[in-house]
Amino acid sequence: MTKFKFLLLGFFFGVILIKAEVISWFRIQEMFRFQAFQMYGIIGSAVIIGMISVWLIKKYNVKTIKGEPIVIAPKQFSKGNIFGGLMFGLGWAMTGACPGPLFALIGSGLLVIAVVLLSAIFGTYMYGVIKDKLPH
Amino acid sequence: MNILTQPWPWYVSGPLIGLMVPTLLILGNKTFGISSSLRHICAACIPTKAEFFKYDWKAESWNMIFAFGIILGGLVAGYFFQNLDPVRISESTVADLNAMGVKNYSGLIPLDIFNFRELLTLRGFILMVVGGFFVGFGTRYAGGCTSGHSIMGLSNLQFPSLVATICFFVGGLAMTWFILPWIMSL
Repeated sequence: MTKFKFLLLGFFFGVILIKAEVISWFRIQEMFRFQAFQMYGIIGSAVIIGMISVWLIKKYNVKTIKGEPIVIAPKQFSKGNIFGGLMFGLGWAMTGACPGPLFALIGSGLLVIAVVLLSAIFGTYMYGVIKDKLPH
Repeated sequence: MNILTQPWPWYVSGPLIGLMVPTLLILGNKTFGISSSLRHICAACIPTKAEFFKYDWKAESWNMIFAFGIILGGLVAGYFFQNLDPVRISESTVADLNAMGVKNYSGLIPLDIFNFRELLTLRGFILMVVGGFFVGFGTRYAGGCTSGHSIMGLSNLQFPSLVATICFFVGGLAMTWFILPWIMSL
């Protein structure tokens, strides 16, 4: 039952994704064509709120509900940030979805997106298989 | 109950998405990110020799539970209080998409392109199957997606996440402006 809170949180996130329309292929196209502020407003305000939150957590040494200190592992730079990032960017503009929206779209009844998700899982699997041969 | 059947403005949904970051940290010391769930699904479901999938995925099960929650949220929002009007994209976007042959604007996604029958066409196969592969391969290679890098990573002022986010956009722009028109013409 300790994991139930993550189910609930995921649920809220799924609702937000749908109501924000960020899972819409149309909105992603509009964003990459610089034809509306909507997506930039969403991502920008999300990042600003996230930044302020992390800054406050560090400044006031906020603890988790169990009283543990909050640790955020730093990200290590690798060439994968560039090559993988470009590749994901291509896929983002094709499918109009990043991983979170894939789950939300399937839930909303667009079952064909399950094919996109399976393909994404297969892509992750193939990365794991050939990882050592790729530049990092 | 307008709030349930209307799309939310960016200044409501954006901050709510941002609040996922501290909520996950405070609830369980978890860093916001979704694409990792794809790796955990591989580790849990696919028998493989690859070292990349040999780790204690059960310790990361919260991430898959979170992803399952997103499906449920999508289900409730999509069925019981869906946005009543089609997505109100700008007229210039509609004109551009019309020119590429998009005809159906009634859903969240172009239903004339993203459906099971289209999977058998070259255009549909590339957009859905190849596109999905790029999303899964690319996010793991990059070490995160829009949530893990662009929101969580940038919130924590991580340089690799800035690089990744810029590359997400460069890839997306290249696809939208140079490659997508060609795929759509297939």
